[in-house]
Amino acid sequence: MKKTEIIEGYLGYMRESIEAVEKTRAKRLKETFPLMSLEEREKILKKFHPDYKEEAKRPAKVGPNKGDLMPHEVADLLEAYPLAKPKDIDLSKVDFDVDILIIGGGGAGMTAALWANYTGANAETILIVQKLRLGDSNSIMSQGGVQAADKPNDGPGLHYLDVMGGGHFTNDKKLARRLVSDAPMLIKWHEDLGVIYDKESDGTMVTIHGGGTCRKRMHSARDYTGLEIVRSLKDEVLNKNISVLEFTSAVELLTDEQKQVAGAVLYNMETQEYYVAKAKSTILTTGGFGRLHIQGFPTTNHYGATADGIILAYRVGAKLRDLDAVQYHPTGAAYPEQIVGLLVTEKVRGLGAQPVNKNGEQFVYPREPRDVEASAIIRECYKRNNGIETPTGMKGVWLDSPMIEILQGEGTIAKKLPAMLRQYKRFDIDMTQDPILVFPTLHFQNGGVIVKENAETTVQGLFAAGEVTGGTHGKNRLMGNSILDYSVFGRIAGINAAKYAKKAKIGKLTLNHVTKYKKMLKEAGIETDRKAPILLPEYRGEKVLSRTLEIF
Amino acid sequence: MSEEKNPMATIYIMGKAYKVPNTLTIMKAIEYAGYRFIRSCGCRGGFCGSCTTFYRVKNDYKLYVDLACQKRVEDEMYIVQLPFMPAEKPKWDIDKMKPTTDEVIRVFPEIARCLSCNVCTEACPQDIEVMRAIQALRRGDLEDVVNLTFDCISCGACSIRCPAEITHYQVFQLARRLHGKYETIPAKHLMERVKEIEKGNFDDKMSKLMDMNVEKLKQLYKKREIEK
Repeated sequence: MKKTEIIEGYLGYMRESIEAVEKTRAKRLKETFPLMSLEEREKILKKFHPDYKEEAKRPAKVGPNKGDLMPHEVADLLEAYPLAKPKDIDLSKVDFDVDILIIGGGGAGMTAALWANYTGANAETILIVQKLRLGDSNSIMSQGGVQAADKPNDGPGLHYLDVMGGGHFTNDKKLARRLVSDAPMLIKWHEDLGVIYDKESDGTMVTIHGGGTCRKRMHSARDYTGLEIVRSLKDEVLNKNISVLEFTSAVELLTDEQKQVAGAVLYNMETQEYYVAKAKSTILTTGGFGRLHIQGFPTTNHYGATADGIILAYRVGAKLRDLDAVQYHPTGAAYPEQIVGLLVTEKVRGLGAQPVNKNGEQFVYPREPRDVEASAIIRECYKRNNGIETPTGMKGVWLDSPMIEILQGEGTIAKKLPAMLRQYKRFDIDMTQDPILVFPTLHFQNGGVIVKENAETTVQGLFAAGEVTGGTHGKNRLMGNSILDYSVFGRIAGINAAKYAKKAKIGKLTLNHVTKYKKMLKEAGIETDRKAPILLPEYRGEKVLSRTLEIF
Repeated sequence: MSEEKNPMATIYIMGKAYKVPNTLTIMKAIEYAGYRFIRSCGCRGGFCGSCTTFYRVKNDYKLYVDLACQKRVEDEMYIVQLPFMPAEKPKWDIDKMKPTTDEVIRVFPEIARCLSCNVCTEACPQDIEVMRAIQALRRGDLEDVVNLTFDCISCGACSIRCPAEITHYQVFQLARRLHGKYETIPAKHLMERVKEIEKGNFDDKMSKLMDMNVEKLKQLYKKREIEK
């Protein structure tokens, strides 16, 4: 076997390691590496989790979270100047005058829009603005499933314990309680919409474990759970005639003299024209920051995950929390190069695949909470040097997917993980026969804008839901709680924004907060060309960028 | 990455030639060449269907379709993307419909024009048997439609190629929702749990958990039994 020859998707030297994995498989089928104690978890996190690298963070210099540690990539954006000059925006001409403005058209935004509509807001008084197409979001990419304690051996109390333990007991207790208590209701709502969850023939939900769960409560729709939910929400938003502006972003929130949020300055990404959108209540559902590539990590996130929401909220004075807590999904694809960083759903481990090192040995319980699992993989690759190096110099460990076919029966992967199977087949890898190579990848913004149980931020007139918010998951979210998060709090935001809009009185529109923020940056001695929000990441080739002229 | 180490491929983006590393996906290659996406780029992971791309390669008359984020470039590839699928979204009220073929045909009468040419199936980057699904629908087998089209990402490749001008992805969306809403059995345990929560059966327990200090909560957490 030549080391550099490609055989069924893998190079020769990788095949040698796969043989070692195959040799230990029979033994491993019978034994699972033990769970860590809370003390062991703490120890491995401190030593190996990227969040604990001091040099990767710095205290914010300005604003409501001045002094709080956050990744440089986030601090850079908070300490950046606005995209638009207030004097260039004519606020006397209002282009959209609505009751509810929803910024972000992913799962949280669409759920909020629908529940605002159910609460009595007319479809034409709701406006969703979305940077990409409606529904193109992290929500549509989520594969594994959604948690809800709806089985007889389970209950919201156990779900609550799992959420708190996963977050290392740093969560906002009220938000966590709401998350678990409303979970079954939201799954029921999906069922009524026609979302097709995996079920037994008698209607019983098929549920499995996720990392950090004590009960099997992960509901899924094959491994297209996010897609199945989002396409149903999208269909319903369009059926209800709710207005949507695609390829349009929000570049600044608006306030009035009472300092309440009163809409946003929008930006048509294609014509570069701005619009003034006045709103009685505004909901931020902009998602997270994966595309900031914190500490240089690849990401599972969609193209628009650039932290716009926290920037806009911060400029109107909203307080943030836990932005130092970044979720690295333990299993991103590490090979082949074309799909590096893309998600290998936790469901693969939920169905029985174990992570193993280059010698075919287990080194961690397969379903620790995500941050712990990720740390163990980093330790295996970089401290113990038991990873497999790829041709691009990346390291990874094997995820022994063929175990699924042995444990659950032949054909299980095709039936329960069709998206994963397809993704690897495109690059000639058959994951039913061979293991796949994985390494942690930037996945989720654990922290975000502080909200109360009613989805209100600390600024009047501004609501928020989904990944842009912080608190629900504390320092670490468990699998299956992000769809749940946007469903539970998207609904609450929609209902409360609709109620709020009925009595809100908006005064004269201003961008005074922006002028003030700029002054604050200057006073803090921040001199930079950086501008925020960045709206989209920059991936153009370096050679091209170094030679571009801005002529028109 | 030096050019010697990574062989380059020549691709033609809407007719203009660019040299790009041949290990890149079409999406990354277009960016490498200097384009910045606004459209035709969404999740970058094969789920959203926004980067539908048509291409031909040299000395081959065939027109291929794939997702730019999931397909590696080839030398002498001629590329164009589909930034938008021109089609009206018909509105429906799912609560007032029945799970029948007649209902779907009422909304999409063009289904009856299907020529069984199978171009749709050949165009699908997800390898869905699109034509078979249309036939299953005409037979009235919604469950079959669901199983055949569950992996549909609504990229629109089938619809732009269809001589009968069917917008398959919209047809399948309606079929899936009708099946999900009317032909699957609602989960009884779910309904019961929703009622229990509404009645407040868990309120006391939850309040106790909320009042507990972290140390006590940790003890409870450690004692949880993990379901086998």
